Amino acid sequence: MERNLTHIALFAALIAVLGLIPKIDLAGGVPITAQSLGIMLCGTVLGARRGALAVLLFLALVAAGLPLLSGGRGGLGVFAGPSVGYLLGFPVAAFVAGWVMERTTLSAGIAATTASVIGGIGVLYVFGIIGMAVMLDKSLSEAAFLGMAFLPGDILKAILAGLVTQSLARMRPASLLSRG
Amino acid sequence: MLTLTSPVEIWAHRLPAGLKLAAIALATTVLFALQAPVLLALAAAATVGLYATGGARFLWAGVRLVWPLWPFVLIVGLWHLWTSDISAGTSVILRMLTAVALANFVTMTTRLSDMIEVIQWLAQPLAIFGLSPRKIALAVALAIRFIPVMLDRLAQITQSWRARSPRRPRWRVLVPATLAALDDADRAAEALRARGGAG
Repeated sequence: MERNLTHIALFAALIAVLGLIPKIDLAGGVPITAQSLGIMLCGTVLGARRGALAVLLFLALVAAGLPLLSGGRGGLGVFAGPSVGYLLGFPVAAFVAGWVMERTTLSAGIAATTASVIGGIGVLYVFGIIGMAVMLDKSLSEAAFLGMAFLPGDILKAILAGLVTQSLARMRPASLLSRG
Repeated sequence: MLTLTSPVEIWAHRLPAGLKLAAIALATTVLFALQAPVLLALAAAATVGLYATGGARFLWAGVRLVWPLWPFVLIVGLWHLWTSDISAGTSVILRMLTAVALANFVTMTTRLSDMIEVIQWLAQPLAIFGLSPRKIALAVALAIRFIPVMLDRLAQITQSWRARSPRRPRWRVLVPATLAALDDADRAAEALRARGGAG
């Protein structure tokens, strides 16, 4: 019981800390940060339910006024902006990534990369693109075109999420609650 | 840790958080129903006026909070210049900036503790799923407490990497950082149990 609670709280903090790591600029000047990697790790390490709750806790802290989103953004304003779809998609993305992780018998690294691609990219982009289409008054295909700028970075992050999860599985198998 | 609450105290700081949130919800709904650029320009001007009641420093802090939206303003602006649909583009940009600025106004004039109280009140129905308000309060406190701890830890990990290698650590800090989070979680759980559990 206490373990569930502390894991949820600590991974909410981990998402925040990963967002504060200096960002790297990809070719074309599109910034990537490790924040969405944190979302993926919540799912692949903690599993569906705990992962989604950790992300919800993180979003609650952001809404309450802590500048924890990458780039030091936060407060209620980010939920009224064009990226709101991505924010609402975060907990669902972690849940789906965790769900895939729990249900496949593939080795941890491959399973985690697959889970991150399905949850952290597939599901997240559906939410994010619908959000941009609504907030910027564009068609879905136009919004999808804008969203694609982040795809190379996110694929890289899904691979990293797989590598990190694989290392954890090797070093501390019991710590992988999604496989517990 | 720094919050987004404005250090410049204005009249709105004294209003109850729930009232401000209800007002913001209503204002945002109205904003999204407006289509004409003239009406949206009036709403934007009113929002600037709202910030101006807090003085120049407050207004400037508000401008800095909406500043991260510039890429969207640029993209939407260019897009509508290209499709030569200037009035629709003006509406989209004005609505976006006004909605974000109004929401930021609530954040800037409400203390973190008041906002967390509102969130806990809103989360009350979750008790049916076993998420009691007490547990939520504990999780919020733990997460806030551990963010600076983990930032320090990350800085240490980066420093020890630099001591061993001329190359930059980049993604290699991720595994030790995640492991540290898992270990901290286990230790915090033990400490909680030793003090009577999370209830």
